[in-house]
Amino acid sequence: MALKLADVRTDLHNDWCSGCGDFGIEASLQMALTEMNVDIHRVVIFSGIGCHGKIVHWTNAFGIHTLHGRTLPFAQGAKLANPGLEVIAISGDGDGYGIGAGHFVHSGRRNVDMTYIVHDNGVYGLTKGQASPTQKLGEQTKSLPQPNINSAVNPIMLALAAGYTFIARSYAFDNRHLKDTIKRAVAHRGLALVDVLQPCPTYNDIETKAFYSGEDRPDPSTHRPVPRVYDIEKTGYNPLITTDMTNEDVDKKTLEVIRISNEWGDRIPVGVFYQNENVPTYEDRIMRRVPFYLDQPPATQQIQLQNKKSAVDLSSLLKELTIGG
Amino acid sequence: MSSKTVNELNWMIGGAQGSGVDLSASSFARSCALAGLWVYGTREYYSNIKGLHSYFEIRTSGRQIRSKVEGVDLLATFDAETVVRHADAVNPDGGIIYDPAVSQTPIEKVDTLYKDEVRQIQARLAQEGLGSDVDAILEEAKGRGVKLFAIPYGALIQEIAKRLETSELTRLNRIVNVLAVSVSLSLLGLDRRYMEESVRQAFAASRKQKLVEMNLAGVDRAYEFAKEKFGEGGLPIRLAPIQNKPRMFVVGNQAVALGKMAGGCRLQTYYPITPASDESEFLEAHENFDLLGGESNDGKGSIVVVQTEDEIAAVTMAIGGALAGTRAATSTSGPGFSLMVEGMGWAGMNEVPVVVTLYQRGGPSTGMPTRTEQGDLKFVLNASHGEFPRMVLCSGDMEECFYDAFRAMNYAERYQLPVIHLVDKGLANSNMTILPPDPNLVDIERGKLILTSGGGAPKDGEYRRFAPAEDGISPRAVLGLKGYRFWNTGDEHDELGHINENSENRIRMMKKRMSKLETADREIPVTEKVGFYAAAGRPDVTLVSWGSSKGAILEGMELLEKRGIKAEFLQIRLASPFPAQAVRERLSEAKLVIDIEQNYSAQMAAVIAEKTQINIKHRVVKFNGRPISCNEIYDSVRQIVARPEANERVILTHGA
Ligand SMILES: Cc1ncc(C[n+]2csc(CCOP(=O)(O)OP(=O)(O)O)c2C)c(N)n1
Ligand code: SF4
Ligand SMILES: [Mg+2]
Repeated sequence: MALKLADVRTDLHNDWCSGCGDFGIEASLQMALTEMNVDIHRVVIFSGIGCHGKIVHWTNAFGIHTLHGRTLPFAQGAKLANPGLEVIAISGDGDGYGIGAGHFVHSGRRNVDMTYIVHDNGVYGLTKGQASPTQKLGEQTKSLPQPNINSAVNPIMLALAAGYTFIARSYAFDNRHLKDTIKRAVAHRGLALVDVLQPCPTYNDIETKAFYSGEDRPDPSTHRPVPRVYDIEKTGYNPLITTDMTNEDVDKKTLEVIRISNEWGDRIPVGVFYQNENVPTYEDRIMRRVPFYLDQPPATQQIQLQNKKSAVDLSSLLKELTIGG
Repeated sequence: MSSKTVNELNWMIGGAQGSGVDLSASSFARSCALAGLWVYGTREYYSNIKGLHSYFEIRTSGRQIRSKVEGVDLLATFDAETVVRHADAVNPDGGIIYDPAVSQTPIEKVDTLYKDEVRQIQARLAQEGLGSDVDAILEEAKGRGVKLFAIPYGALIQEIAKRLETSELTRLNRIVNVLAVSVSLSLLGLDRRYMEESVRQAFAASRKQKLVEMNLAGVDRAYEFAKEKFGEGGLPIRLAPIQNKPRMFVVGNQAVALGKMAGGCRLQTYYPITPASDESEFLEAHENFDLLGGESNDGKGSIVVVQTEDEIAAVTMAIGGALAGTRAATSTSGPGFSLMVEGMGWAGMNEVPVVVTLYQRGGPSTGMPTRTEQGDLKFVLNASHGEFPRMVLCSGDMEECFYDAFRAMNYAERYQLPVIHLVDKGLANSNMTILPPDPNLVDIERGKLILTSGGGAPKDGEYRRFAPAEDGISPRAVLGLKGYRFWNTGDEHDELGHINENSENRIRMMKKRMSKLETADREIPVTEKVGFYAAAGRPDVTLVSWGSSKGAILEGMELLEKRGIKAEFLQIRLASPFPAQAVRERLSEAKLVIDIEQNYSAQMAAVIAEKTQINIKHRVVKFNGRPISCNEIYDSVRQIVARPEANERVILTHGA
């Protein structure tokens, strides 16, 4: 039975500010869930602390609202315990690139097969607008007493360096692009990052919806705004790393990812920057050591016998440690 | 020579870390165990990989022993530092094995001694009119009656090289360890075949035949040399083989790991830290294990062990795994637990079963990473902001490490809360012969867990993860189970798991969560909450303690009894929920109560006062990072019994 949008929504009151980009992300995620051929009972969504974190309560799927910055380790724990789950982790930019930056990097090294969506709004929304790790040096969004004194982190480059095997960016108010990107991320085999540019009308008065859609720069002939956001894949860019590529080809692609991901201002790239399915997932790596891992992962192992005794036969291990007899 | 002590020995070996001392110690212990004897060994070392001093004490006996004793019967050394540091611990009728090549070494040339230590030793020797080198130390010992056994290791190794026709002297040099152990055993009159078997077993895993040969040649030459030079059994102590049941030779880390495995743990996360990581490494090394009667999967079960980026990830990843329905645990020490605190609160709030094994070590901060302490009790009882139920188990010995690790997994699921299993470095790194534990003594109890939809899934919205329940425990479904959708949040939440700050809801949910501790207190039998060891007759004194002090207390009680002091011992095994009734019953009648703990402030005494309003006046504490010896228990209890009013607080200081 096909899922309808209403099936994946809860009836709770949504308390995001009106005009918040989070609504666009929520809608795109829920559309993606209905369109994808996944069993909704297997879907588990994890979120962090911040405005974004509430998304799990608005969504009718298993929803785990975790701690500030810890979305990724919670999510990986569930996925590794039961690889049959479809795990989607969601963070804010403060959550994921700030307090959780360590987890961000090390998750890349593992490449667990799951999806990571980051609401990138340049501010700490829920704590009233302080600068987030993606806010540019010298910018001064509405509630900053002084211009931002830190340089911005580039999430795309950071993900590339950390080993993410799918790296994408999208825009909260481009529903179709975001929905499709989420679907591709979920379908990807390995850890997939989707950094979502998310206007926060309440605290970020620089990277606004009007800014992204270029309302300040109409086309001289049509008088229609020329969006700053552009889709790199529509310019012929191909993100795929394939097995027939030489090391040189891969290096070239890597340099291109870096170059494009540094674009900002008049041209802001979205789309899939990088995809490489030739890197073994963490699950693959476990399989090499634990041959029955996927058949009998931790969560579904029978740990007791009918008579409630432990199912483990310790005798050979105990013998290894036993002297005499 | 008929007045020899038989099978009561405390042997010590020391040397630079990384030089194979650990191997010496284990081959000595193994030899004794192979001869049917019981063994208890402790390891003291610095937070260092190579060069700094480490030493092992191996106690062996014809009866089961479970603690450290003071006084060394035989000290085996091959460097200057070990002689300098430990010669004064040797009993007057004991012996020292040393290398004559280092005897001229001036004390100040032992550059791994702290400067203060050098000055102190020099002052002591000067006072006695002795010189200031290793020889002076040996002379000092000799003056007390200690026998000296000079072993020219260099010359022996040359001879062995010639015999084996090898020029690999650097590799051969490592057999000083085997030489020292073999000479020791020869002096103690133990047949060489135990040491030979021990060597074979030690190198069995490496499959290097050459190494075995070299070491066996070492055993041979050392026994020969000792016999020629010092005669058969040159010490007033003898080791004689006895008939015995099979015994397991384990360290605490392994006992915990085995208990977890049997107890159904299938996901273990960890970030490396002394003295906890050995447990996770043992689990990883045995990640595929046998199942009983299992045909599928070749009869194998498995545990996934993940080394995380930090302890925050370790605890939260374990929680994620637990939500998916696996029994999950992590293992750490104080600094790591400090980082886990926020995650513990989340697990408490969301009623997630997760087990943290905490190996206490000297704190605060990095403290003394390789030394023992029981300093984290009040921390774990209160860690994290706000209030939530948690259980805290304290193991006193290897057997309890096993069974408690198993039970911790049960309690976590039965009461749906975080469980902290408190052990310490003293247990983690001690090795001991015990009778093999029996996993069938404990059942696997998973509580109100819903793993399958069984007779059909409920309709959407019917399942309420945090539904009210008489005992505070709601049926717990796992992630991915059709019809059992739920939400979790660290915020206060309603029955479905959505954020809810309504006042009545808050009161209901707080009561529900906290009441689980009352349920646990009601359901858990008193034997799992406290241990009680009665005195032979009307007790003169009641000792109260917890954790690894247990062994020393039990043996201290035997020593006391020989002097006519009858002691009973109350061991607190469950620190939360606190067994207030059982403790009150035992203590309110007691004549004289002494609290014994390895920390500065007598933390358990404070907990007892809080929970029972009984204030234990007399305290014996130790916080120098070295485990308590049975002699210290004997001495301090005697001191207090003799003059209670003058000895309210006794500080123990033994240990190099
Ligand atoms: C350990 C910890 N420190 C600080 C906070 C306070 N806090 C709540 S939300 C937040 C920032 C959220 O920013 P971001 O992750 O970008 O999410 P947004 O609100 O912008 O969606 C902070 C710092 C917290 N909850 N936990
Ligand atoms: S503060 Fe910003 S991010 Fe948060 S809900 Fe309001 S608009 Fe959205
Ligand atoms: Mg933000």
